[in-house]
Amino acid sequence: MGAEFVALSLPPILIGICVAVACALPGNFLLLRRQALIGDAISHVVLPGIVVAFLVTGLVATGPMLLGAAAAAVIAVIAIEAIRRLGRIEAGAAMGVVFTAMFAGGVLLLEQSDTSSVHLDVEHALFGNLESLIWLDATGWASLMDPVALATIPVELPRMALALVVICAFLFLFWRPLSLSTFDEGYAQGLGIAPGPLGLGLVIMSAIAAVAAFDAVGSIIVIAMFICPPAAARMMTNRLGHQVAWSAGFAALAAVLGYVLAGYGPLWIGAGGSVSAAGMIATVSGLILGVAAMAGPHRTRNS
Amino acid sequence: MLADALLLQLGYNATLVTLGAALLGIAAGVAGTFLFLRKRALVSDAISHATLPGVGIAFILMVAMGGDGRSLFGLLIGASVSAAIGLLCVHWLTKRTRLGEDAAIGAVLSVFFGFGIVILTVIQTMNAGRQAGLEGFLLGSTAGMLRSDALLLAVAAAAVLVLVLVLRRPLELAAFDPGYAEAAGWSLNRIDLSMMGIVLVVTVVGLKIVGLILIVALLIVPAVTARFWTDRSDQVVVIAGIVGGVSGYVGAATSALAPALPTGPIIVLVGFALFLVSLLLSPGRGVLASVLTHWRYQRRVHMRQGLLALAQGQPIYEALTRRLMHRAGLILPDGVATADGQAAAAKALLDETRWSIVRADQSFASAATRYDGLTAIEEYLTPDQVREIDRRIAAPQAAV
Repeated sequence: MGAEFVALSLPPILIGICVAVACALPGNFLLLRRQALIGDAISHVVLPGIVVAFLVTGLVATGPMLLGAAAAAVIAVIAIEAIRRLGRIEAGAAMGVVFTAMFAGGVLLLEQSDTSSVHLDVEHALFGNLESLIWLDATGWASLMDPVALATIPVELPRMALALVVICAFLFLFWRPLSLSTFDEGYAQGLGIAPGPLGLGLVIMSAIAAVAAFDAVGSIIVIAMFICPPAAARMMTNRLGHQVAWSAGFAALAAVLGYVLAGYGPLWIGAGGSVSAAGMIATVSGLILGVAAMAGPHRTRNS
Repeated sequence: MLADALLLQLGYNATLVTLGAALLGIAAGVAGTFLFLRKRALVSDAISHATLPGVGIAFILMVAMGGDGRSLFGLLIGASVSAAIGLLCVHWLTKRTRLGEDAAIGAVLSVFFGFGIVILTVIQTMNAGRQAGLEGFLLGSTAGMLRSDALLLAVAAAAVLVLVLVLRRPLELAAFDPGYAEAAGWSLNRIDLSMMGIVLVVTVVGLKIVGLILIVALLIVPAVTARFWTDRSDQVVVIAGIVGGVSGYVGAATSALAPALPTGPIIVLVGFALFLVSLLLSPGRGVLASVLTHWRYQRRVHMRQGLLALAQGQPIYEALTRRLMHRAGLILPDGVATADGQAAAAKALLDETRWSIVRADQSFASAATRYDGLTAIEEYLTPDQVREIDRRIAAPQAAV
């Protein structure tokens, strides 16, 4: 088990956990601020950002793509806000207009341009390919201590871990203003907390999580992790700190369980092959939410 | 080539699909308007993503029963069932738990879509699954469609349109005046249910044409676009229908020229182009219109202040004011008033004096609220009232 597990399963599982937790943490605040669908919008507009970055630079490199995706996310947020104000249109509808148009543009650009030589297509953008992130040079648990082998660990893992650290740092530093302005915007303003920059900071953190996760796991898991673990955690407790902790736990559980079920589930029921890990992780997070919604101690509005 | 496509010269199938897309666009535009006005636009996103597992399971079932699994009708039935389950989940999560509708929408759309992806990967490992063509449901693909499928889509789109038109009345009531609708004996719950039913049918019929990721745009964009052009309920519905129909027609016709491109993005981008034009150019709410209004207002303020300064014999320093007044022939380049300028300045000062009387007098309270420092008083008061004010200006003691 050891060597094969470390090489084939450990990196995807760790990446999955990092993605899940990195998305779930800001997701708590988005959920409470009734901005849950921002995550949905961001993960759709990441595609045109990456495609444009590829067309401009001509190469599939991480740096330009992350920049392009982040730029697209910021443009989308600005466009949503502009349309909402200029047209006096409800936020949900403005969001629907912007992200569908940007996604459509991204798809057309992608299909029009010659990307056949590179690993870039719509399906990859949607479901990613968690299973392919293997660590070929690992020979066993000892490889984790071996700098030579560590150098070839899938680059997504350190990148995702870094994103997770950044997000944790943001939440730690701004915990008080964030929680205050989430629950009582007026009071927070009275204390001198500017809601605009803080809200934008939260959106940027979400964008970092979405963009970093996108390449590894695709956008669908990102949306699921933004919403399902925090929503399930919301059913478990009334305290914000506990909710965030629960959501991180649920996210990690979904990642591990989903990966294992996707890889070994078909074997257990006697079928061959494996199924999409990203899809399975999203499914498991939905099951967790379902259980919490039916049995969580604080599932109703007045409990 | 484009002209051929728009004139439906690219063959029977393409013509059917294009007409179907146009009818579907009209139906989606109209249905989407009600959704938009009930502020539930994004529910359709959950519905459309929730169709994916149904499509996959229907395929597996049809193969298990010995078919080839690609019957469009069967796949769409599967899509409707799982979309309905997704819709029920959104409803249940919103009603029975503390989650808001946005969170419920996001949870359902991501989980159902994820589960759908799992099913798709299962299908890929099946013998019959060798490219089942189910990916076409993600972004829409109308190229190489069977004649029977094209016919099915065109007929279904027409049926949806009829359904929307039949149910238009109660939907309109519930969207614009829920209170009145309830008082008139309609059940809001039932109306909402039928609205969701219509959205579901639109989504399912649109799956093959627009694709499940982007069909939400066909429901939202026309309604938002129409809102720029009118404030009247019946007109919003009509304009949204037109915008949706044009998007569907032009988009589907264009994509017939480029079979390699997915249909959905083209339709969506045509709709988005119409939206952008409206955002910029619509007369009431458009960006250009508001810029113009602001520009005119700015000029009126400069003119008025310049004239008042002139009347009180003060010099004008502000460059824009001087330029405006010079261009209007009210002052000479060195700032000295012309004869016209003196007359206009005297008039402005008189106007201001009249306003000050009006604003000081309780009996003119309603007129006084109209004071904005710009408008001539004659626009609000009758000649008789103005004469009365002038009499008071002439004999201020008498008014006390």
